[in-house]
Amino acid sequence: MYTKDGEKYFIVDSHIHLWDGRAQNQKNIHGKQFIDCFFDYHTNLSPDEVKWGYDEYCYYGPDRLMRDIFDEGYADHAIFQTTMLKDFFHTMFSQSDQAWELTQKNPERLTYNHSFDPRFGEEGLDWLRADAEKFGLRGVKLYTAEWNGQSRGYKLSDPWARRYLEECLALGIKNIHVHKGPTLKPLDRDAFDVHDVDAVASDYLDLNFIVEHCGLPRLEDFCWIATQESNVYGGLSVVMPFIHTRPRYFAQVIGELLYWIGEDKITFASDYALWTPKWLIERFVDFQIPEDMTDYAPITTDQKKKILGLNAAKLYDIDVPPELAIKIPEEAETGVAVGASS
Amino acid sequence: MTGVLSDRREAVVDALRTVLDPELDESIVDLNFVTSSTVDGAHAEVRLRLPTYFCSPNFAYLMVADAYDAARSVPGVESASIVLEDHFASDAINSGVAAGAGFVGSFPDEAGSELDDLRRNFQRKAHVAAMERACRRLLADGWTIESLPHARLADLPAGAERERLLRRRADVDLPLDPGCLVLVGDDGAPVAPDDALLRLRFARAVRVSIDGNAHFCRGLLATRYPGSAAEEVSR
Repeated sequence: MYTKDGEKYFIVDSHIHLWDGRAQNQKNIHGKQFIDCFFDYHTNLSPDEVKWGYDEYCYYGPDRLMRDIFDEGYADHAIFQTTMLKDFFHTMFSQSDQAWELTQKNPERLTYNHSFDPRFGEEGLDWLRADAEKFGLRGVKLYTAEWNGQSRGYKLSDPWARRYLEECLALGIKNIHVHKGPTLKPLDRDAFDVHDVDAVASDYLDLNFIVEHCGLPRLEDFCWIATQESNVYGGLSVVMPFIHTRPRYFAQVIGELLYWIGEDKITFASDYALWTPKWLIERFVDFQIPEDMTDYAPITTDQKKKILGLNAAKLYDIDVPPELAIKIPEEAETGVAVGASS
Repeated sequence: MTGVLSDRREAVVDALRTVLDPELDESIVDLNFVTSSTVDGAHAEVRLRLPTYFCSPNFAYLMVADAYDAARSVPGVESASIVLEDHFASDAINSGVAAGAGFVGSFPDEAGSELDDLRRNFQRKAHVAAMERACRRLLADGWTIESLPHARLADLPAGAERERLLRRRADVDLPLDPGCLVLVGDDGAPVAPDDALLRLRFARAVRVSIDGNAHFCRGLLATRYPGSAAEEVSR
C-alpha cells in the first residue's frame, strides 16, 4: 500500500521478473546481447539515483527482489511473468524454480505465471497441463517473438496456438499476457503487429488478453483493437519509466489509453528489474496531465487507484481491503470511457 | 582532387539525409544512425548503427538498401558499400544488399516476400501523422472540427507542417493539387463531418506512437553509444 496526501493506494505490480542473465547462464552471443539490451533500457530510462551496477543487474536474487518490490516498493501483491528464452540461456532467462519457491513462501503476496510455447505441439500441451496443476496457474506470459530451433516466432492465431488457448480455458488459466517484440519470422511483416491478438480475443471471450507495453511501438493499432474487444487490457510495463525521462510523452500515452480503452483496462507494472517500482509509483501518484495539453482530461485519483492495483486485483481475484477500494458514487456508474470533453 | 572528393562526400551525406527510418519517419542522419561516410575515388563507404542489437531486421534492411541507393545516386560515385554494425543480422544484411540479392535473397529461410507491403504500411502511418500535424495547425489558426473536413491544401500556411504533409502524400501517391482536402481517409477519400473527430483522434494516436518510438530509440542509441546524443529535430 502507498499513502500520499491522505489517499491510500492498493498496489499490484503485475509484471516482475527474477532472472539470471549472468555469463555462466548465457548460451551464446544473443543471451549476452539480450541482457545488455535490458541494461541499456534500465540505464536510459531510470533516474540516476536508482541506477544499478551491471553485475547486480545481471543477477539480483530473491532477497533483493522482496526488498525492492515489497519493503521499499509499496506492493500489496506482485505477479511473476516468465520469460523462457531457452535458445539464449541454459536454465531459461527467468529463474522459474526460485520464483516458484518465493511464491510458495508468500502465497498472499505473490502469484506465479508460467509460459507455454505452442511450437512444442502435443508434448507442450502435456507440459501445460502439468504446469497448471503444479503452479495452480491463473495466467501465462507469452512471447510470440521467441526463437525456437528454426522458428523465429509465431502468431496467437496460428492453429497450434489456438489449441493451447483452448486448453487454458479448460484449465482455468484466464489471463493471457502477451509480449510483442522483434521477431524474425515471418520477417517480411511487422513483428510488433498486434492484429493476431484481435483475432483470438474475439474468439475466446472468457480469456483476458493483457498486451504488455500497450502494444508500443504500435500504440494506435493496440488502442483500436482494444476498443473493439471487451477482454483486451493494456499493461504499462515499459511505458511507466517515461514518466521520468519524457513526462510529456508519458502524458500523451496515458491520455490516449484513457480515451481509447478506459480506466478499467489499464494495469500498472514495473517490469522489475528493468526498473524498480518505488519511484514509478511515487511519480505516478504525483503525476498530472500538463495543463496546456487540452486534448486530454485531467487524470483523477480514482483512475490512478484503478491503474495502480484495483484493475489487476480484479483480473486475479485478489482481495482488496474495503478501505482501499473506490467508493462508487450512488448516482453514477463508473467505467464510462473518460475522454476529452469535445 | 581533394576538393572534388570532399564535395562528393558532402553530396553523399546530403543524399543520406533523404533516407528515412520507416518506423520513426525521420532521416537516418538526424537520428545519428550514420557513424561515418567516406569517399575514396569513385567508391563510397557508409557505416550505420542502430539503437539495439535486436532492432527489427526488416527495417534495418530497408535503411541499408536505401542508403546504398542514395550513395549510388551521387554523381561520380560508381560503387558503394554500406556496413551495418553491431546487429545480429549484420552479415546477412550487409552481404545481401552488396550482392543486390533483395530481402528474400538475404534471408532465404525466413522471409516470404520483399518488403514493399511493410514499407507501404509505414508510409501510410507517416502520412496519417503528418495529416494530424497539419490539422493541428489549422485548428490553431481558427478552423473547427466541424469545418476541418472542408480544409484544402491551399488553406495550409507555408511551413514545416505543409512541407511534411506534401512529402508524405507524395509517398503514398495522393495528389498534391492545392484543391485537395487535408483530412482524408487512407485512400484519399473525404471524411464525413460526423467522422472527422474520430479520424483526427486516431491520427493523433498514430502521431503519438511514432513520436514516442522515436524518443525511445534516440535514448537507447545515446545509452548504447555514449556521446552519440543527436540534436533533436523539431517534429
